[in-house]
Amino acid sequence: MTRMPVVVFTVLALALAVGLATAVSPYASPQPDGLERVAGDTGFLEEGGLHAVQEDSPIPDYAFPGIADERLATGVAGFVGTLGIFLVGYGIAWGLRRTRGAEGATAP
Amino acid sequence: MHIPDGFLDGSVAATMAVPAVAAVAYGVRRAGRTLDDSKVPLLGVTAAFIFAVQMLNFPVAGGTSGHLMGGALAAVLLGPWLACIVMAVVVAGQAFVFADGGITALGANIFNMGVVGALGVGLAMVLARRILPANRTVFLSVAGVGAWASVMLGALLASAQLGLSGTVPFATVLPAMLGVHALIGIGEAVITVAALSAVLATRPDLIDGAGFGPLSTAPLTPAAEVAS
Repeated sequence: MTRMPVVVFTVLALALAVGLATAVSPYASPQPDGLERVAGDTGFLEEGGLHAVQEDSPIPDYAFPGIADERLATGVAGFVGTLGIFLVGYGIAWGLRRTRGAEGATAP
Repeated sequence: MHIPDGFLDGSVAATMAVPAVAAVAYGVRRAGRTLDDSKVPLLGVTAAFIFAVQMLNFPVAGGTSGHLMGGALAAVLLGPWLACIVMAVVVAGQAFVFADGGITALGANIFNMGVVGALGVGLAMVLARRILPANRTVFLSVAGVGAWASVMLGALLASAQLGLSGTVPFATVLPAMLGVHALIGIGEAVITVAALSAVLATRPDLIDGAGFGPLSTAPLTPAAEVAS
């Protein structure tokens, strides 16, 4: 059996991630998550707030700015966010990757 | 389980940044030895997948939702130390771009939702590899149970941090947090096992799995070879 090349695997997995974040996330549960729920029930929810640097968040609360339709705003945020996180993760990994084998002649 | 700013006392938040930074820094250091070119896209796509699935809140009992954390999944796919880097990328991105999770609480969030699950499940994989047979069922069971436990451990830690901060009595918050996250953890386990099954069906050799090498036709992974 021929193996799926890593590039194909990556593209398929990324397409799945982008698809979920774009098309499914607008229909995710809007209910408070576990911690928010407990914070509400036990009376400390009000103590939470945004840090000063978060007042101007580019995509606050997973809603892409300037889009009136809530579901569309969430889907666009998911699309942009997932691709952005992929690029950041890829870039960091590229920067950190093993270079010793390339510099010396010691192939792994 | 993203803790916003305001929930934690400054000293608790600062203290939690120490183990978070240490784990990520060690991951960065190890990456220079173990992260070869073929893993670069895998790290990116693992981060992207975890970010995406974290957006998919699923309903649990009584008007509450939960979502994937992903530390366990990342650890099984990439090994525990690269997983710490992945989780730092995801959680920091959520805080700075999406205002989800605090800035001063960033260390606590990376630790609770990422580092603990990554290192805990990484350790569980190593132990399981030593004492249990290396087959698909054992592998997925350890991953699934580990995923559930990682959520419970994260909930325990968040409760302790809230208690130490004087935000809410530990004895009050702990049972509430563990109760709801026992359910959310089931979602974590289901998603983790489903994602791993999909990778097993396509490229099992890409799974680090802390030395569950015999699952695939590939030789032992770099992480297993460089166990020093």
